[in-house]
Order: sequence, then C-alpha cells, then structure tokens
Amino acid sequence: MTTIATPRSPYARSPRRGVNWEKAGWLYMRISGVILVVLILGHLFVNLMLGEGVKGIDFAFVAGKWASPFWQVWDVLMLWLALIHGANGMRTIVNDYATTRGMRVTLKTFIGISAVGLILLGTLVATTFDPCPQVSVDQLHLLPSFCPPQ
Amino acid sequence: MAAATPTMPAVQAFTITLNIRRFQPEVDQEARWQSFDVEVYSTDRVLDALHKIKWEQDGTLSFRRSCAHGICGSDAMRINGRNRLACKTLIKDLDITQPIYVEAIKGLPLEKDLIVDMEPFFAAFREVKPFLIANSKPEKGKERIQSIANREIFDDTTKCILCAACTTSCPVFWTDGQYFGPAAIVAAHRFIFDSRDDAAKVRLDILNDKEGVWRCRTTFNCTDACPRGIQVTQAIAEVKQAVLRGRR
Repeated sequence: MTTIATPRSPYARSPRRGVNWEKAGWLYMRISGVILVVLILGHLFVNLMLGEGVKGIDFAFVAGKWASPFWQVWDVLMLWLALIHGANGMRTIVNDYATTRGMRVTLKTFIGISAVGLILLGTLVATTFDPCPQVSVDQLHLLPSFCPPQ
Repeated sequence: MAAATPTMPAVQAFTITLNIRRFQPEVDQEARWQSFDVEVYSTDRVLDALHKIKWEQDGTLSFRRSCAHGICGSDAMRINGRNRLACKTLIKDLDITQPIYVEAIKGLPLEKDLIVDMEPFFAAFREVKPFLIANSKPEKGKERIQSIANREIFDDTTKCILCAACTTSCPVFWTDGQYFGPAAIVAAHRFIFDSRDDAAKVRLDILNDKEGVWRCRTTFNCTDACPRGIQVTQAIAEVKQAVLRGRR
C-alpha cells in the first residue's frame, strides 16, 4: 500500500469515545500466545509424533480423542484461544491498514462474524461429537475399537 | 616561512542529483518530483545542498531549518526513504551514484515542498502534559533533590528535540494519525519516570487509550529514525509496563 498522503489531506485527532478494550486486548494476546504455544505444540506432538504419527490419523483416531473429556477441553480451549487471538490480530491489522472508517467497520464486522461462527461451530462439534455413528457394513472398520458392535 | 606551511589537500567537489518532492500550493494540485544538479563538497550535508539550490537555482524551494546543527529539530525530512535531519546527514554517507531523494516527512499534512503542518504532532505532545507537575513545594530557597540513579531512569528520553522524525516514520501513525505517536510517548516517559513529578498516574491514564501505547506494534521504525539515538521503542515498552502496573 502506498503511504504517500495527498497534499493537505484533512487531519485532526478525534476526541475519545467508546469503551477502551485495548489494554485487555494487548494482555490477551500475550497470555493466550503463551498458552497456545503449549496447546498447539502438545497437539502436534500427540497427533504427528506419537504412535504411528501422521499415518495414524483417521476417523477412529479423532473419535477416540474426543471420547475423552481431557482432549475435548484441550481442543475447545485451543479453538477459542486461537480464534480470538487470530481475530484480534486481524482487527489490529485492519486498524493499521484500512484508511477509511467504512472499510474498517466492514472488515472488522466480517472478522467478528467469522470468528464467532467458527467458535460456535467448532465448540458444537467438539462437545456433541458421536464417536460411534450408525454406518454401513463396509465402513465398520473405520470406527474406533471401543464402539459396541452394530 | 610560507613554504613550511603544510598544504591542505583540496576538499573534493562533485556534482550530485537531488530529486525533491515539490508541492507549491499556489500552482500544484498534486506533489511532483523535481530534479536538481548541485555541486557539493564531500564535507557538505544535505542541508547545504538544499541551501545551494534555494540560493543559486530556485528560490521557491521551501524547507524549515533553524540552528542547522542538529539540535533545534526543524529540518527532519525523508532522505532516501529514511527520516533524518538534513543538517546531520553528510552527503558522503549517501550513495551519490544515484539521485538522492528528498521529501517531506509523512503522515502530517503537506503545506509546501518540504514543510508539513506540525500542529497535529504538537497537539499529541501537549495532550500528555509534558511539564513538571509537583504537588509539594521545595524547601524555601532550595531545589528539588534527585539522586543520580533516579535521574538516570529517564535520561534517554530527555534528549528529544521534537523533530517528529520518529512519529512520522511510524506506520501506525501513517494510517489515520489518531495514534499519539512515539514522540508524545517519549515526552510522557520523561515525566512519568521523573521522581520529582507527581502526575505519573494522570499521564498513564491518558496513554492507556484506544490510540495510546497499545497501538504500538514495536516495528522499531521510530528507534531507527531518531537522530538523537533515543531508544524510543524501549521507552514505549516501559510506559506500557507502567500502565499495566498502574504506577511509575
């Protein structure tokens, strides 16, 4: 983006208005960042390094993980922290680069809706996941081993 | 005895090209680049080249300068894409095989040629109350005592000359100019950490604003731009920590 302003562009510092969340946002980025390092590296280690590694990931693997409340909490926490962290980062970038108020509001609204949508959908999936759905006979081998026989 | 006088080697002179971003509000709708060839000496500064142009080639060229010795902070400009003081930038330190690009500092309204309206910059500066606010009176006939260690804490930020090189190098400030900017935070830092001052909380509250210290992205442009070598980004970080603590 060019940063050369048009000559004599109007300029004034506008008066303060609205609630100031910036300090909370700044702190959130740092705290969630540290927690996310642990959560994401742990996630990658368990999924990609342990056992058969990346080849071991299939429906049964995910179903097996989400049958445990520990991994449900882990993943939902990761989802919330990462999406809010990412959305706040994008909001910051919009504040820095979008030059008109209309553009800022539009982009930030879009970011907010996507973040909230993804958080709700992800939380819904992780908390209501059925590890043993009804499947056809040829797909039975995909189910985790702890499922009752169909 | 004349023969004994050591002959000084002649100072080397050469011709350089300056591309200057001109804007004459009476005739120009848009800013435009204009090229000047100037003969300068290796000991000259960019300011000397600008003077030569103004005095010998084009009297309409406008720029600010006052002391011409790097202390008044008048002649901050963007030279080859970096904010510097024209009076502290030696031509021999630039690449003279290429034209040297000189333009006004960015993010403030351009008034004419290299002159910008500094008022928004000073408005942000005034907002942080850059003066001593003390609740107690010193003992009659005495001064306010401060230890060397306490003076040392804010020594770096006392060096600011308000040239605006830092604030106008800050990409956050370029966006909409609502951010207080590094220079105002440096000025606040100088008083927040002064043991003789009693209004640290007031200033921290002012900077704990939507457009305050939290907009700083630590890109270090300000630290690189400061002609006085102030560690601006570090000062901003110290103010951020003080805001979190709620006290000096």
